[in-house]
Amino acid sequence: MGILEVKNVGKRFGGLQALGDVNLSVKENTVHAIIGPNGAGKSTLLNCLVGKLIPDTGSVMFDGQSVLGRKPFEINQMGISRVFQTPEIFGDLTVLENMMIPCFAKRDGAFSLNAISSVLGQKDVLETAEKMLEEMNMADKRHMHAAAMSRGDKRRLEIGMCLSQEPRLLLLDEPTAGMARADTNNTIDLLKEIKEQRDITIAIIEHDMHVVFSLADRITVLAQGTPLVEDEPQNIRGNPKVREAYLGESA
Amino acid sequence: MFGLDNKDTRMLLVVAVLTLCAPFILNPFPTDSAMAQFNAGYPDLMQRFVIFGIFAIGFNILFGLTGYLSFGHAAFLGVGSYSAVWMFKLLSMNVIPAILLAVVISGLFALLIGFVSLRRSGIYFSILTLAFAQMSFNLAYSVLTPITNGETGLQLTLDDPRILGVSATADGSIPVTSLFGLEMRSTFEMVVGPWAFQFNAGYYLAAFILLAAFYLSIRIFRSPFGMMLRAVKSNQQRMNYTGLNTKPYTLAAFVISGMYAGLAGGLMASMDPLAGAERMQWTASGEVVLMTILGGAGTLIGPVLGAGFIKYFENIFSKINDNVLHGWFSFMPDGLENFVVFVIHPFIGKGWHLTLGILFMLVVVFLPGGLVEGGQRIAKWVKGRKNKDDATPATKTPAE
Amino acid sequence: MDAILLQILNGLDKGSAYALIALGLTLIFGTLGVVNFAHGALFMIGAFCAVTVQRLLSLSYEVVDESQKDFLGNPLKVKTPYVESWFGPEMGGAIIDWAVPIAILFAIPIMVCVGYVMERGLIKHFYKREHADQILVTFGLAIVLQEVIKYFYGANPIQTPSPEALSGVANVGALLGMDIVYPVWRIVYFFFSVVIIGAIFSFLQFTTFGMVVRAGMADRETVGLLGINIDRRFTIMFGIAAAVAGLAGVMYTPINSPNYHMGMDFLVLSFVVVVVGGMGSLPGAVLAGFLLGILESFASMNEIKSIIPGIDQIIIYVVAIIILLTRPRGLMGRKGVMEE
Repeated sequence: MGILEVKNVGKRFGGLQALGDVNLSVKENTVHAIIGPNGAGKSTLLNCLVGKLIPDTGSVMFDGQSVLGRKPFEINQMGISRVFQTPEIFGDLTVLENMMIPCFAKRDGAFSLNAISSVLGQKDVLETAEKMLEEMNMADKRHMHAAAMSRGDKRRLEIGMCLSQEPRLLLLDEPTAGMARADTNNTIDLLKEIKEQRDITIAIIEHDMHVVFSLADRITVLAQGTPLVEDEPQNIRGNPKVREAYLGESA
Repeated sequence: MFGLDNKDTRMLLVVAVLTLCAPFILNPFPTDSAMAQFNAGYPDLMQRFVIFGIFAIGFNILFGLTGYLSFGHAAFLGVGSYSAVWMFKLLSMNVIPAILLAVVISGLFALLIGFVSLRRSGIYFSILTLAFAQMSFNLAYSVLTPITNGETGLQLTLDDPRILGVSATADGSIPVTSLFGLEMRSTFEMVVGPWAFQFNAGYYLAAFILLAAFYLSIRIFRSPFGMMLRAVKSNQQRMNYTGLNTKPYTLAAFVISGMYAGLAGGLMASMDPLAGAERMQWTASGEVVLMTILGGAGTLIGPVLGAGFIKYFENIFSKINDNVLHGWFSFMPDGLENFVVFVIHPFIGKGWHLTLGILFMLVVVFLPGGLVEGGQRIAKWVKGRKNKDDATPATKTPAE
Repeated sequence: MDAILLQILNGLDKGSAYALIALGLTLIFGTLGVVNFAHGALFMIGAFCAVTVQRLLSLSYEVVDESQKDFLGNPLKVKTPYVESWFGPEMGGAIIDWAVPIAILFAIPIMVCVGYVMERGLIKHFYKREHADQILVTFGLAIVLQEVIKYFYGANPIQTPSPEALSGVANVGALLGMDIVYPVWRIVYFFFSVVIIGAIFSFLQFTTFGMVVRAGMADRETVGLLGINIDRRFTIMFGIAAAVAGLAGVMYTPINSPNYHMGMDFLVLSFVVVVVGGMGSLPGAVLAGFLLGILESFASMNEIKSIIPGIDQIIIYVVAIIILLTRPRGLMGRKGVMEE
C-alpha cells in the first residue's frame, strides 16, 4: 500500500481524453518519477492530485483519505506540497517573509485572524524559517525582495518553502524546466540531499532524463493518458515500449 | 512602546502630536491677517480631516494590503451614518452607542457585500462593489425612504422617542449630541495675542478615535494576518498551495475596512446628526480611493496624509476667488495680472475638482507611491546631494 | 399586450445607449486590454458636440428693425442668425432645426481626434501597468473632462431639441392594429444605433483591418509575431470606439438634456452592461445593453412597482450581481479574459 494511490483515474476535456485509466502507487519514502512525451497527460494527472482538477472517474487516496473534491489548500494541509514549473513565490515579500508564510500555515492552519500580535513576536515561526533559510544556504538573502532573485534561487526558495511545512509528499512539476545546466545540477544535488536527509516521499514529473535517472527510485512512463510501464530506472532504459513512445513522438 | 518597534512608535507619536496640536498647527496666521483664509483650524474642518483619515486608513487595509480595489466603500460610510442617526433618534444623544452601532451594522453589511463580491477578483471585484454601492445609494435615495427619509436625508425631530434621553430639551429644541454630557459642539476658544485657537470637544473625540484606529492599523500591518494579506496581493496561487485559504483573509480585510468606514460614518453623524444618501454615491467612494492613492497606498501614514491633503486643499481652493487672486498678483502689470488670474481661475473655487482630477492623474502617472514616495524621493535626493557635496572636494573626479 | 410592447420600446432607447457605450468599452478592453473609466466622458463630450454645433449655428447678429417698436416706442432689435442671412431664412432655419443630426458630421472627426490623443497621450503608457492603475488614471481623466465641460457649459442641463419634423409622436402600433404612441426621435435613435452597431460588426467581420483586429483580440502575441503592427490598428480602434460613444452622445441629446455628469451616470451602468455581457465580447455587450435597458423599463411599470416597490431603481444591479455570480464570464464572455 503506497502513500499515494491513484486508481482508474480518467479525465476528458471535450473530445480529448487527457487521462485514460491511470493507476499509480507511490511508496512511502521513495522518489517516484512520472515521465512521458509531450501531451502524455503528466500535468493533467498532477493537477488531479492537488485539487486543481477533479477527475471524471477513479479515485485518488492520500494516506488512506480521498483527496477528490477537496480544495488545493485543504490538500496541502493534508501533507502534500507542490513545486511549480515556474517558481511560484511571493515576489513582493522578502525572502524571510516568504519562508515564514508556510510556517504560519503549518502552525495556525488555513486561516487565522492573528491580527494584533507582531510578526516579530512569533519566535517559533521565525526560528523555523531562519533554520530553513540556513539549510537552503540563503540566510544572507533574507531581507532581499524575492522577485529580485535569480531563477535558480527562486526555485531553491520555493522548495525550501515547501519543505518547511514538513510535507509527507512533495510534488515537483518539471523543477528544472528552462534552467541552465549548472542550475539544473544544483537542483539535482539539492533534491538528492533532501531525499537522503528527510523522511519524505517525492513524486516528480520531468522531461529531462538526466534528472529522472539521477533521482528516481521508480519510474512510471505515461503515454497518451495511460501508464505504459512502471519499473525501476535501469529496466526503463532498455524497455522497447518506452523507446517507441519517445521515438514515435519525435518521428 | 505599545508593542511597536521604534520606527512605528515614532510614526504614531508624530501623528498623535499632529492631531492633538492641530488647532495650533492649522491656525498659523493671525485672525485678522490677510493670510487668515489659509487657516484650517476650525472645528468643522478639523473634524473632517480626522474622520476622512479614519475612512482612508480603513480603505488602505483592504486596498493597500490585498490589492482588491473596492469602488463601493462609501456605502459603508453611509450605513454607519444612518445607524448612528437612528441611535440618536431611538436611544439617546450619547455618541458612544451610536458609534458602536454604526461599526457593528456596517460590519455586517460589509460581511454580506464582501461575501458576494469576493467570489470574483480583479476588475470584476471592482465592478461588483461599484454595482453594490450604486444599488445601496438607490435604495437609500428612494426605495427605503421609511428608513432613510429619501432625498431629504435622515434628521432628528422633536417627536423622536429617545428612550434614554429626552425628545426635546427644556426650551423645546432638539437635544445635541454629547459624550456623557460633554456636548460635541462645545468649543473652547483660546485667544493668544492676534491668534484665536479653537478646541472642540467633537474634534478631540474624533482625534482620539483616529489615533486608536491608526494604532490598530499599525498592529494589523505588522501582524501575521497583515503579512498574509500582502501575500494574497503577491501570489494567490502560492497561498492556495501553501495550505492557506485566501477567501476568509480577504473577507476579514473587507469587513475590517468596512467597519472603519462605518466608524467614520458614525463619527460624522455624531458631529452633525444627519445622514443623506449622497454620502453613499460612488463618487464618494472614488474620493477615498483618491485619498489613499494620493497619500500612498499600502503605506501606514499615506492615507492619513492623503485625507488631510485633499480635505485641506478642498477647503482652501474653494475659498479662493478672483478678488483674492487679483490681490496676490497686483504687483504685476495690469495686462499680465488679468492674464494670470484668467489662467488660474478655472482651477480655484468651484474648479477644485478639476485641480483634484489633474493632481490625481499626475500622481498615478508619475508617483504611483503617492506623497509618501514623493517624500522618500526628496529625502534621497537631498541625501544624494549632501553626499555629493561631501565627496566632490576630496576626489575632484568628474561626475559620470 | 400593448403595454408590454410599449415597455419594450421604452427600453430600446436606453438600451441602445447602453449598447453603444458598452460596445466601445469592450472593444477597447478586448483590443488594448485597458479598463477605461473615461469612456462615459466620451459619451458626454459627444453630447456637448451637439450642444456646441447648435450654439454655433444659432450665432446671431442684431439689426435694428425700424418697422417694429416695443412698448416704449423704441425700434426693436431683431436677432438674426448668421446662417439665416447666408442661406436665406427658410434654409437657414432648417439648418438650425437640424443641428443635432448635423452635429454628427462634426462629432466624428472630433471624437476620433479626442480618442487618438487620449490613447497616444495617456493610455498608451498604461498597457503594462496593473488594471487598478488603469482604472485610477482613467477615473482621474474622467473627472478632469467632466470638470472642463462644467467650466465651459455650466452645471445645468442644456436643452437640445431634435428637428421639428422628428420631434412628435407616432403611433407605431398602427401596423399591428394596436395603439402604441411613441416619440419619433426615440425610434430614430434606435435605428441609428442599429446602423452603427451593424457598421462596426461588418467592419470587423468583412475587412482585412477588422480581421486583424479580431485576431489580435483573440491572441495578441501571435498576431504581433506575424510582423503585423497591431498597436497602430488598436489605436485606430480606440478612435473608432470614441467616435461610437460620441455619436451615441450626440443623438441622445434630444432624449435627455446633456449635463456635465451624464458621462459618469452612464459609465457605471455601461460597465455593468459590459460585465454582464462578458468582458471582451462584442455581441455580449450589445445583447446585454438591450436586455438591461428593456428590463429596466419593465421594472418601472406601475404593476410591477406595486408588487416590489422601487425595483426599477435596483433591478439592473440585482441582475448584474446574479449573473456575475452564476456565470462569472458573463453571458457571452470568452474563457481566459481577465481571469487570475
